[in-house]
Amino acid sequence: MSKIIPIGPYHPLQEEPELFKLYCEGEIVKDIKWETGYNHRGIEKLSESKTFDQVFFLVERVCGICSTSHPFAFANCMEEIGEVEIPDRAKYIRSIIGELERIHSHMLWFGLAGHFIGYNTVFMWVWKYREPVLDLFEMITGNRNSYAMFKIGGVRRDIENNKIGKIKETLDLIRKKTDMLIGAVMDDPVIHARTKGVGILTKDDIINYGAVGPTARASDVAIDVRHDNPYAAYPLVNWKIITAKEGDVFAKVEVRLLEILESVSIIDQCLEGLKKEKEGEIETKVKAIPEGIGTGRAEAPRGEVFHFVKTNGSNYPERHKIRAPSYVNIATFKKSCIGQTISDATISLAAVDPCYCCTERLASVYDKDTGTKVFGGEELIKNSQQKTREIQKTILRNEH
Amino acid sequence: MAEIAEIKEIKKNFKNSITGIELRSPLRATVSIRPDKLVKITEFLYHRLNLRFIIASAFETRQGFEILYHFSNDANGLVLNIHVVLSKKKPEIQSLTGIFEASSWIEREMHETFGINFLNHPNLEKLISEGNWAKGVYPYRKGGK
Amino acid sequence: MGFKEFCFKKSLWLFHFGGASCNNCDIEILACLTPRFDVERFGMQLVGSIRHADVLLVNGSINQKDKVRLLELYRQAPKPILVVAIGACGCTGGIFAESNVFAGPVDKIIPVDAYVPGCPPKPEAIIAGIVKLLNKKPAKQKTA
Repeated sequence: MSKIIPIGPYHPLQEEPELFKLYCEGEIVKDIKWETGYNHRGIEKLSESKTFDQVFFLVERVCGICSTSHPFAFANCMEEIGEVEIPDRAKYIRSIIGELERIHSHMLWFGLAGHFIGYNTVFMWVWKYREPVLDLFEMITGNRNSYAMFKIGGVRRDIENNKIGKIKETLDLIRKKTDMLIGAVMDDPVIHARTKGVGILTKDDIINYGAVGPTARASDVAIDVRHDNPYAAYPLVNWKIITAKEGDVFAKVEVRLLEILESVSIIDQCLEGLKKEKEGEIETKVKAIPEGIGTGRAEAPRGEVFHFVKTNGSNYPERHKIRAPSYVNIATFKKSCIGQTISDATISLAAVDPCYCCTERLASVYDKDTGTKVFGGEELIKNSQQKTREIQKTILRNEH
Repeated sequence: MAEIAEIKEIKKNFKNSITGIELRSPLRATVSIRPDKLVKITEFLYHRLNLRFIIASAFETRQGFEILYHFSNDANGLVLNIHVVLSKKKPEIQSLTGIFEASSWIEREMHETFGINFLNHPNLEKLISEGNWAKGVYPYRKGGK
Repeated sequence: MGFKEFCFKKSLWLFHFGGASCNNCDIEILACLTPRFDVERFGMQLVGSIRHADVLLVNGSINQKDKVRLLELYRQAPKPILVVAIGACGCTGGIFAESNVFAGPVDKIIPVDAYVPGCPPKPEAIIAGIVKLLNKKPAKQKTA
């Protein structure tokens, strides 16, 4: 008889945090089911009662970690409907904010991934170096998260040229620390043992599930909206898409860490571009948005964000459809988790970065039908740590 | 405006199923089709033209329920919308889950928010409404019911 | 000082409940644990079960589905328990108060001892909120 292990439900994903039920026989996951609706806030419906300017603040709160990607996609969408061209300075600022967000989001994920394999040193380390990025945000926008930088036709605040020095200083620090992390990860036998060959997604799986972002790129599907359908300043700078072939958790770590470096380089070039533009020219005045439909896309840290807006000539969207990247990425769990052990399943679940703060929200509950006690989060993490320790021992033994 | 290669292909293969074409820019286009030909055309787009299914958006207008299936060509950045109109009285259409998994969740979501019925969907259960609103209430419809 | 008040003097154990939130408050709560802010200095730590907790942190607007769960968690909690509503959504419902699934801000559902406003509140603000709570005498609550 299979035991049920719940993961969740309070799992803060965009609109769809959920309860994962792992059906296990022994330690092996046989099936996985999900339940959503705990985090439904009716944003698409709310959006229909807000003016275009207000919608920016609403979509920013679809997801707190990637709180620029949704306004980014919405701005792209509205500018497509209104056929608005924004000034170059605004383009650079948009890209800088977007890339800074990618850095802090990837670091956040990497820290949590460390936590999930019972490697808390990584968690503390990475989150320590994430703080300087948030300090930059505070300096530029006034808030650590939810930056409220975007508006139709440009950005709300300028990055004055006298701030560029400070930003570059922080970027140097991040580059140094990321190099250190990459060195630490690529050589660490424990991380190798826990992530290599775990939660593999093949190219076909990715195409079948329509997965996007680092999840797809780690399986050698080189899709990136920044490259495929260039927007903001991305066509003006040099950068490359990072891909990996294996499709396992390690490949996803690799892709994300290398993307941090790529983002640092993009910001560096954007800052150079910023110096050439005149201060203060950060928006085009937009009078009205005509009737029509538009699709806006942006590459969030987790993948492609897609917004569809239908306007009717008024000040409000008539229909606003939002698709967050996790919506398609999460469904791949069905492929990556089945057949794994429980302790590997947690890291496979975390590998697609479903806005995972769920570490401390795993509740111990009783299965209603059978009345059997099912595992809680603490035990899962303990299991996971246990496994890491055993692996460490084996590795030590082999070395002697 | 130069014609988009994908639309040319659709025109060639499904001439009688197309009810309208709207080009907004070289990278954004909408093709309206007859609802009963959706599966055939999607199969063609997915297997032959290698387009990626992004998502589907439903909305309600005077004509009935309209669904836009958004497809992306990642090689050149094209977003192709396949547009169908369903009757208000009996909104139903074939499910796309037989072709790719990606449409499974969004069809469940449209089912509970708009009450559109997807035929041959293997698991047309509640996705987000469980505990949030009752069965038979469709909050995204204009009247709420 | 009674025994219960003594227990609430130091080393509070926190349980975190995220309702229908945007995740921002969650990561700021998590950031409190990490080296820059490090609330473990004060003996505070997040625990995996409400049954071990002294403080229940609630963030995010509460939707219909969450409401049942929150009430159940509150029932399971050892009494007395301190409840802290974190963020604009936890305090008032914030931008989601007009939503069709909104079931009320936290204090309409369970009694709240402290509010930490902000969208999201900075980790400093969260720590300041908890410190204020420490200095306040625990409300006389009925033991379950």
